[in-house]
Amino acid sequence: MNLKHSRSSGERTLNGRLKSIQPWAAIVGGGALAAYGLSRKSVGGAALAAVGTFGAIAGARRGTLPATAIHVQKTFTIDRPPQELYNYWHNFENLPHFMRHLKSVTTHGRYSHWTANGPMGVPVEWDAELLDEKPGEYLVWRSLPGSGISNRGSVEFRPASNGSGTEVTVALTYRNPGGKLGAAMAKLFGREPEQTVREDLRRFKALMEAGEIPTVIGQPEGRRSKMVAAMHAAKEPEATQRVRKGPRKETTPAGFQPKYTGTQFGGAR
Amino acid sequence: MKALCWYGKHDVRVETVPDPVILNSHDCIVKITRTAICGSDLHLYDGYIPTMEQGDILGHEFMGEIVEVGPEVKQRKVGDRVVVPFTIACGNCFYCKQQLWSLCDNSNPNAAIAEALYGYSGSALFGYSHIYGGYAGGQAQYVRVPFADVGPLKIESDLPDDKVLFLSDIFPTGYMAAENCDIKDGDVVCVWGCGPVGQFAIRSAKMLGAGKVIAIDRIPERLKLAQEGGAEIVNYEHAPDLIETLKELTGGRGPDACIDAVGMESHGHGIDWYSDRAKQMLGVSFDRPFALRQCIQSCRKGGVVSIPGVYGGFLDNFPFGAAFGKGLTFRMGQTHMMRYMKKLLDHVERGEIDPSVIITHRLPLQNAPDGYSTFLKKQDNCIKVVLDPWGEGGNA
Repeated sequence: MNLKHSRSSGERTLNGRLKSIQPWAAIVGGGALAAYGLSRKSVGGAALAAVGTFGAIAGARRGTLPATAIHVQKTFTIDRPPQELYNYWHNFENLPHFMRHLKSVTTHGRYSHWTANGPMGVPVEWDAELLDEKPGEYLVWRSLPGSGISNRGSVEFRPASNGSGTEVTVALTYRNPGGKLGAAMAKLFGREPEQTVREDLRRFKALMEAGEIPTVIGQPEGRRSKMVAAMHAAKEPEATQRVRKGPRKETTPAGFQPKYTGTQFGGAR
Repeated sequence: MKALCWYGKHDVRVETVPDPVILNSHDCIVKITRTAICGSDLHLYDGYIPTMEQGDILGHEFMGEIVEVGPEVKQRKVGDRVVVPFTIACGNCFYCKQQLWSLCDNSNPNAAIAEALYGYSGSALFGYSHIYGGYAGGQAQYVRVPFADVGPLKIESDLPDDKVLFLSDIFPTGYMAAENCDIKDGDVVCVWGCGPVGQFAIRSAKMLGAGKVIAIDRIPERLKLAQEGGAEIVNYEHAPDLIETLKELTGGRGPDACIDAVGMESHGHGIDWYSDRAKQMLGVSFDRPFALRQCIQSCRKGGVVSIPGVYGGFLDNFPFGAAFGKGLTFRMGQTHMMRYMKKLLDHVERGEIDPSVIITHRLPLQNAPDGYSTFLKKQDNCIKVVLDPWGEGGNA
């Protein structure tokens, strides 16, 4: 497992303001591995997901491998003003436009319901809440205790030193459930979350700067070899028309209750 | 539609493939009226560019008529006659805003692959391997062009296709190579390679005020064309010590600037060349930098080495000590197309240059595989092959 972006190394490389929100991002909620891992469309991923919750509990009880956190942090410079980027991200319903593993996010004020594309087309769902925010500067969110999928995230927007655009840093933390399952997951997904976050952020940049995400999926091609054809078939389908959506909706339906109130994995915060 | 697809080393075929469709909101679809085979396509044909896949549609020099536009396209219209630059740029990122169009941040869907190899990714290119985005190319009847308002240059005049087609790549590429030389009036510029880019570099260096342009090649008809473009010529096969020859031709100083319009598949003679070629054939090296070494060795102190020729990987026996010792400046990279296209179109429209003089072969797309083979072997005095996607094919 790749732990080089652990909390401590993160703190060394971050400026003071980011450090101040780092504790939120890095606090480990516990529970199952993030949707990033679960959403990989592979047979192995499907099998792991199928036994996910059970395995996580069992693994934690047996204690065959200590539960650990996966922390990923990536920074891109985006040639748009901080406030504009903040506004887009602040509406979590926009996230599926550039986070490919997400199918949808529905917001209800501070709360939100997230649906990810799980393995073999099985959706994975959880609830989250906005923990902290500072307009034009940062956002911090976490999954609600008992969601089954435990994760925390933060995004910070800083004006770039060359006066052109914004340095955007995303930090995400997932709980690896530990146990044999955890070991297998770490092996399978050890590098995956890093790439996923990096590519999500790259797509966010393209969407904000160019107004679209570059793609070649769906273009003509000659006959492919069997191996290449299989590789292409394995690629995730991609929305072909990605355009910016309007500002965040601020309505909070009365009596909104998180849907998931199941087993908790130490959701203290 | 018909399209030329890559299947491996020296294996390209014209296939029937689906027509392209609009995939993003700033796309347009161009019905191609003329397209060409570029010298850099030969690197693909020879199998030296990594990340090609069987079935990839080649071609990055093309023009035609816009037949469909995406919902966000504001300036280009259906019916516009356009020349399309080979680089794909978004027009809105830091690099595009600095006119560094070939370094666009947002056009390469496979930027992660390029980052792994190069640290950061340049812009995507049409029909030039997956590391450069995997976009289907324009040796076809139709092509999808992203960012229709940024790249395609509208041709308002009724100049024939053959006179404006090369604004898609080689004319601006030759021009940027010369501009990169920081030519002062009377400078001596030496150009390695008298293929199409070399020819435009020679003519551009003259336009920019070079006092003398020396052109180096080994193919008589290319040297003749260079001479017609205003260059003094040197056939390196008859110049056993090229560096010494150039010294004599430049009053003992060496050229003020050297242009490597050859790139990774340099030909030459002597032990260096055989060693480079052996390494490339064994797959231990992508590049064969023979011409580049000569550029560095012969350039005067404090001079400029300008490199429009394509390189992909690592260079062996690179004389960096000579470059350092003489305080050379290196300028290189894919062409920042949109910086030059309009300006060079004006030159063509004013009749100051006729780019079509380099065309030696006109073929229907159906016969493109023959065109590749003829161009590679430089048979039949071949300098530039232009393809008509709608022409009737012969018995290829």
